[in-house]
Amino acid sequence: MKILVCIKQVPDTTEIKIDPVTKTLVREGVPSIMNPDDKGGLEVALQLKDQVGAEVTVITMGPPQADLILREAFAMGADRAILLTDRKFAGADTLATSNALAGAARTMDWDLIITGRQAIDGDTAQVGPEMAEHLNIPQITYVAGLEYDGKKFTVKKETEEGYQLLEFEGKCLLTVLASAYKPRYMSVGGIVDAYSRDVEIWTAEKIDLAEEKLGLKGSPTKVIKSFTKGLKQAGEVYEVDTEEAVGIIISKLKEKYII
Amino acid sequence: MDKTQYKNVFVFVEQRDGVIQSVALELLGKARTLADVLGEKVVAVFLGSKISDSCNALIEYGADEVILVDNPNLKDYITEQYTQAVSQVILNFKPSIMLFGATTIGRDLGPRLAARLGTGLTADCTKLEISEDTKELMMTRPAFGGNLMATIMCTNHRPQMSTVRPGVMQKMPQDKSRKGVVTPFAPKFDTSKFIVKLIKTVKEDKGLVDIADAKVLVSGGRGVGCREGFDKLRALADVLGAEVSSSRAMVDAGVMPHERQVGQTGKTVRPDLYFALGISGAIQHLAGMEESEFIVAVNKDKFAPIFKVADLGIVGDVNKVVPLLTERLKKKL
Amino acid sequence: MDFNLNKTQQLFRQMIREFADKEVKPLAAEIDEQERFPEETVRKMAKLGLFGIPVPKEYGGAGGDNIMYSIAVEELSRCCATTGVVVSAHTSLCVAPILEHGTEEQKMKYVPKLASGEWIGAFGLTEPNAGTDSSAQQTTAVLEGDEWVLNGNKIFITNAGHADIYVIIAMTDKSLGNKGISAFIVEATTPGFSVGKKELKLGIRGSSTAELIFTNCRIPKENLLGKVGGGFPVAMKTLDGGRIGIASQALGIAQGAMDETVKYTKERKQFGKAIAAFQNTQFQMADLQTKVEASRLLVRSAAFKKDQHVPYSADAAMAKLFAAETAMEVTTKAVQFHGGYGYTREYPVERMMRDAKITEIYEGTSEVQRMVIAGKLFGK
Repeated sequence: MKILVCIKQVPDTTEIKIDPVTKTLVREGVPSIMNPDDKGGLEVALQLKDQVGAEVTVITMGPPQADLILREAFAMGADRAILLTDRKFAGADTLATSNALAGAARTMDWDLIITGRQAIDGDTAQVGPEMAEHLNIPQITYVAGLEYDGKKFTVKKETEEGYQLLEFEGKCLLTVLASAYKPRYMSVGGIVDAYSRDVEIWTAEKIDLAEEKLGLKGSPTKVIKSFTKGLKQAGEVYEVDTEEAVGIIISKLKEKYII
Repeated sequence: MDKTQYKNVFVFVEQRDGVIQSVALELLGKARTLADVLGEKVVAVFLGSKISDSCNALIEYGADEVILVDNPNLKDYITEQYTQAVSQVILNFKPSIMLFGATTIGRDLGPRLAARLGTGLTADCTKLEISEDTKELMMTRPAFGGNLMATIMCTNHRPQMSTVRPGVMQKMPQDKSRKGVVTPFAPKFDTSKFIVKLIKTVKEDKGLVDIADAKVLVSGGRGVGCREGFDKLRALADVLGAEVSSSRAMVDAGVMPHERQVGQTGKTVRPDLYFALGISGAIQHLAGMEESEFIVAVNKDKFAPIFKVADLGIVGDVNKVVPLLTERLKKKL
Repeated sequence: MDFNLNKTQQLFRQMIREFADKEVKPLAAEIDEQERFPEETVRKMAKLGLFGIPVPKEYGGAGGDNIMYSIAVEELSRCCATTGVVVSAHTSLCVAPILEHGTEEQKMKYVPKLASGEWIGAFGLTEPNAGTDSSAQQTTAVLEGDEWVLNGNKIFITNAGHADIYVIIAMTDKSLGNKGISAFIVEATTPGFSVGKKELKLGIRGSSTAELIFTNCRIPKENLLGKVGGGFPVAMKTLDGGRIGIASQALGIAQGAMDETVKYTKERKQFGKAIAAFQNTQFQMADLQTKVEASRLLVRSAAFKKDQHVPYSADAAMAKLFAAETAMEVTTKAVQFHGGYGYTREYPVERMMRDAKITEIYEGTSEVQRMVIAGKLFGK
């Protein structure tokens, strides 16, 4: 079995802060990490590798620094790594990104494609399903469990109310929930070897896609402005003893007809 | 693309076991305001099996027209079946705007359709407006874990599509006197592409109610500290007929389940009354609750950011304020 | 000259930090409280290859270097000094001497299983009457036919009872003094070998420290490590390497206490402001951080020299001396910054202060380190 795992390098958004003066995003010193859901996806692939000896290829689209997460993937157990990097990819929205990844996938052999449910910088959850559509294969999103009997996959898909069990044979794209799969750590031996292995660098020429579908040109959506959130007006703040505080709360709630 | 051919605001109506989901009614409410600005119609796209009885409700909540796709293939949501049906609706009726709930269904279907139709999709919007000059849809959504808001447009492709988080938009009051038309539509299915089979749907009683539905929420953070602290919150919630929710810190610490987390990575809530107890108010948390009608915050740190959004702030120890408040309310109520 | 970690070392640090924070830190207070050897963490570390970091791949190791090994002990000890010393004693005191002094047969027989963590290693030198004066060995080894027969006691042995393989120092010819000392490999299952009393300690309470008892313990002749009479240099070289491990442990404890104190002093408010905002806090913390960083440079430099195969004995002694005394100072002051809370088990600095003390004592006290450094300075 050959598995293609799509991963993304993202800023650790829990570390991002807003500059209180300029009201802009402080990105300095924010570490770049492998997107958590994608790491869960890689773990699913590596478990299949442990189970049936799958060959696991990781692919990412990003700047040259994204090399780091591919080394991490090697150290976790991936067999092959591809970095899609080209100025022509820049400015891509989810559709253009999914086109580029699908264009790369079309030049390769695989049985299964796995991605994370969503990336923590954008939280869109769109690239996986869009890629599946471009490749004309089915998709299952929100994957929280997977069984393979040698022929057929049985997948547990998480929903708001519980879960669904779905079955398929043949090619499919799965998007995985990090919360369901605790990713393995990089092994020490894997780390020692990670930088002596070959990360394949692919530019736009290498993939099977018309240029107008790439990057900014291939993106139907455009960000017209971005801003940090204005907070609503602060109410009154009291610094009083407990007895008085409780009195204030109760009278305010009465005043507002809440109680 | 001739954009003038595309008209009206469409809403994908999500139903589960035939029950129309609350988010669909919220979207109809929002679609109503957008369509009124544009002078266009609100059209509900309603898919399922044996669901025709429910069409009226959609009209009563704001739809001018219901496109009804009633077919056994659509009994349960499965990506390909629904994508085939909705894409044919879109190609046939040419909406200018198409809205989905940002649920496990909407977020599965939306991108699949966007790729099939070659148009843009903006995920998890919290605000939708019509631009004054071009009368196009301006979609605002949080990014970078809620640290940044981005306004996005899809100017050269149609339909303009967006998913909207449940609980963000407000449904219209039900109006039994509203009139509208129901238009049945029969798509052609290519069953050879039905590869994924649904074996079963399991409802798990995760022992919880949806905190997004609660009128009053008693929410605790790091300042509450531990399970025992949350017992005190539960006592207060019981007196108020409220639900207990929590900040991310307490979920990460394993004290509260994820389903009760408010915030960017949890749920968006807008109750009538929100108690933020021992919650400092990280931006991720504020993103999920600042639309609440009335916010009472109790925190030891008078500089905690939560006080910037609270309608009433108390600088103090939650572990003292909460038991006394509970006791007083018990006497009064 | 490059003070930066290379990419491999950086990737390794990323992994071990996450491992320490997620897997080690949550157990630190519990294993201290219960004086329990962290068996479950040992299994997890074995799976990742943390018991064979600087071991060549041909012997089943990860093929890493001593800087990575030092980073591992530092980061583990930042969260839990007990876990740090399990790895340190195993790697520096058991795997290293077998790799450096063992025959090809011994290396093939013992190192792969030690590097994989299937076997845990330990080292026995100290005796009731041979502490800092380690040449006063009373444990004897006598060759009888094809077997060495060991008799005597070792005390304060780290990993005792949990280890499968012990490198043991014993007297083979008392008349020759230091030159009558030899080293042996003893398997824990050997008849005549047993583990005695477990010590109850001030710190590193999850680490097992116990007595080893040899009563006509017969081991095969080929388990002699190095030459007959060559045991004293084996022991001294082993301790040189071990000091890099303990220096890394001390560094980790100090860094852990710094991190806790920075966090606490920013949260804790007195007189209306965070105590981190007081200049007394800032200046003291600045001094401490300077010492921690100096420790780190000394530790890295000693590990680097070991990797380069140049003499590092005095470097390791300086690293251990300075890092251990820094750890003691930092943790003591960390408790002070925490005030009454710092003295309770609600905060980890109390444990860190207890854990720090041992780094000034084992694998050569601070006084022994000064002897080693002075020996280099003045010539022996």
